Amino acid sequence: MSDQTTNSIAFVADGTIPPSPPPAGETGPIKWLRENLFSNAVNSVLTILALLAIYMILAKTLPWILNGVWTTSSLAECREVLNGKVGACFSVLTERWNQLLYGFKYPVDQYWRPNLALVLLLVAIAPVLFFDLPRKLLAFTAVYPFLAFWLIWGGTILAPIVALLGFAAGAFVFQTYGKSSFAIGFFGAIAAAFAVWLIGGALIPDGASDNAMLQAVPSRDLGGFMLNLMLGVTCVSLSLPLGIALALGRQSDMPLIKWICVVFIEFVRGVPLITLLFVASVMLAYFFPPESTVDLFLRVVIMITMFSAAYIAEVIRGGLAALPKGQYEAADSLGLDYPQAMRLIILPQALKISIPGIVNVAVGLFKDTTLVSVISMFDLVGMIRGPILASTEWNGVYWELLGFAAALFFVVCYGISQYSQWLERRLATDHR
Amino acid sequence: MSTLTDPPNEGFRLSMLFNDTRYRSLTFQVIAAVVLALCIWYLGNNLIQNLRAAGLNISYSFLGNPSGYDINQRLVEYDNQSSHGRAALVGLLNTLLVAFLACITATVFGVIAGVLRLSNNWLVSKLMAVYVEIFRNIPVLIWIIIIFTIMTAVLPGPRAFRGDDATSSMLFDAFAFTNRGIYIPMPWFENGIFASASMNWLLVLIGFAGSWFAAHQINIWANNKQEATGVRPKTLSLILAAWLVPFLALMLIMGLTWEYPELKGFNFKGGIKIGGPLIALWFALSIYTGAFIAENVRAGIQAVSKGQTEAASALGLRPRRVMNLVVLPQALRVIIPPLISNFLNITKNSSLAIAVGYADITATLGGITLNQTGRAIECVLLLMLFYLTASLTISMVMNVYNASVKLKER
Repeated sequence: MSDQTTNSIAFVADGTIPPSPPPAGETGPIKWLRENLFSNAVNSVLTILALLAIYMILAKTLPWILNGVWTTSSLAECREVLNGKVGACFSVLTERWNQLLYGFKYPVDQYWRPNLALVLLLVAIAPVLFFDLPRKLLAFTAVYPFLAFWLIWGGTILAPIVALLGFAAGAFVFQTYGKSSFAIGFFGAIAAAFAVWLIGGALIPDGASDNAMLQAVPSRDLGGFMLNLMLGVTCVSLSLPLGIALALGRQSDMPLIKWICVVFIEFVRGVPLITLLFVASVMLAYFFPPESTVDLFLRVVIMITMFSAAYIAEVIRGGLAALPKGQYEAADSLGLDYPQAMRLIILPQALKISIPGIVNVAVGLFKDTTLVSVISMFDLVGMIRGPILASTEWNGVYWELLGFAAALFFVVCYGISQYSQWLERRLATDHR
Repeated sequence: MSTLTDPPNEGFRLSMLFNDTRYRSLTFQVIAAVVLALCIWYLGNNLIQNLRAAGLNISYSFLGNPSGYDINQRLVEYDNQSSHGRAALVGLLNTLLVAFLACITATVFGVIAGVLRLSNNWLVSKLMAVYVEIFRNIPVLIWIIIIFTIMTAVLPGPRAFRGDDATSSMLFDAFAFTNRGIYIPMPWFENGIFASASMNWLLVLIGFAGSWFAAHQINIWANNKQEATGVRPKTLSLILAAWLVPFLALMLIMGLTWEYPELKGFNFKGGIKIGGPLIALWFALSIYTGAFIAENVRAGIQAVSKGQTEAASALGLRPRRVMNLVVLPQALRVIIPPLISNFLNITKNSSLAIAVGYADITATLGGITLNQTGRAIECVLLLMLFYLTASLTISMVMNVYNASVKLKER
């Protein structure tokens, strides 16, 4: 009976229907293609145009790269090997590799020095970039500039040691007296540093550099991508403290100091870097004492540092302005004086906000170091346009060389901007 | 309850200069003033001594002397007997020309790339991302050199256009792309109303201004009508007429003809020649800065919250009017300030002209004139003065525009 009732009602389902697969057009790559590439007529046209563009670019460049010749010693030989085929002469890169990286005058048997300096740079910069590393590594970062100077320029080790001692004396004075009064500690530190430099400088014997452990290399022998890296790293690290000082000065209540900072910042931001480099190459010499010879590298470093300091100052001013007024008032109501409030409350927050902007300035500055080729310094671009393209062997090898320079800069700059994005996510403690 | 009183008058002690907030800022400013004065005195003193040692003085009279060098690309009359001052003027106009052209094209590239990067077409948006990253991360100097190399090494020389077995030919018989520059047809008036060509062109410009005014009036009339009756009259044909009729009439009356470039001897004659350096600089600055502008445009559009678009759609606006009336006005507020600094960057980066031999002010005044006369200080100062003025003017103009689009707060 019961059996009959269950079976006789035909319209009651006795089981669940297994889920059927979605229609072929609604799943997998076809759906993705439909949604992302061919969702409507305009999109389809755009997709086809984009594919066409990619095809045209690859059709030109791929055979050129794949047929590349890496082992000839001149353009004529390379053309012979290619025998009419389309292909790149990458052998210019292998043959002139050292010139591209170190310039054409740096002593060949000393290349290990800049190499070592670069490796140590990575070690020194790591604790600054990644906060998780032990803080004790910062001690090496503090010593690094003097070590790098000694490695790259060579000569007597006494000069960087005296410079280091001066900074150490300044830091010691500041630690001792800075607690009671910032101003006394600050000015005392400057005085102590200068005293050490003057005395130490007088103590270094005249011919100390002649038979030094490392052969002395004059600045004009530096070149290639090494020069770009050196200018970039030096100027960014020098301009950061200067930029902070300028930004604070621009926010200051003291009219004279504010006025000096505003004029400096607006002036530097209003002129192109190239005019400042002209100043460095033809005009700055007039402002130094008559018998002194300040070498071009130092003059260029001074001008580029001023340039990027003005831009960094504006970025940090944005960070300072973005802080709520309550932070300043809270610092005041805790009884902190100006240096304490800045050091403990304001700057840590303002700098955090400014990090993306500062990195942008740093990337821009690093790219702008190629401009020194205009005032006949032989950086990477200067080497390519000057000695290499003018040589009889490689006259006419444009694309390989320019492509190499572009690739080098791209790798470094893209890496820095990726780091900045990582840091931004890492530091995002507020909001969400 | 005690009342607050002034601290007891203890008399002045020296330490109060550093420790008392009433005097401290004064102390620091005096120190700063003294240091500044010492610096200026020291640098000025060195300058005077060095100049005396070199037998030089500061004088701008060299600007009146004949320059003795030629400039190919020029907007005003100039030859090698003209003065250095005239050469500087030629350079100045060339700087303004390339900066103006590059600002326009960079904005166009930037807006297109920025909007396409937000496209829901995966391939196109990735392609634009690649464009932006590649161009932002490679120095503009390298781009300028690369494009200049394309201009000089890849394009054919004028001789390739010659003879029966010519390997190159002109595009539409009107455009010639050679390694000396690009030649395009030049429009001119057969029977112009005025004798001088520039006056005739001014007349055309006035005609355009009139068309713009008429189109504006038609829009106002349509708006009023729409508010009064609720129906918007069709204005498309009227506006087209307002733009086209005066222009076509002027062209017909003055007899517009085109002068085509022609191969004569070893080179092209006639038409307008746009020199290779100008094109390299113009194009390189445009695509380089365009990548930056694209990022700004993308950020600006993304800054408008989705609710705004949805609300506008809910009100029944069509997608076009959603864009024009709701999204763009709000996005512009975010886009304009960085756009100003991008324009300033173009103006300043145009000084890289010196790398490809385009005769801008850095190449004439700061390059050849400086080297010929040895007047380093005067030349560099004039150069800085020009760039400062240009930068301040651009930022002033753009700030006025920014003030007109920014949020009106009450």
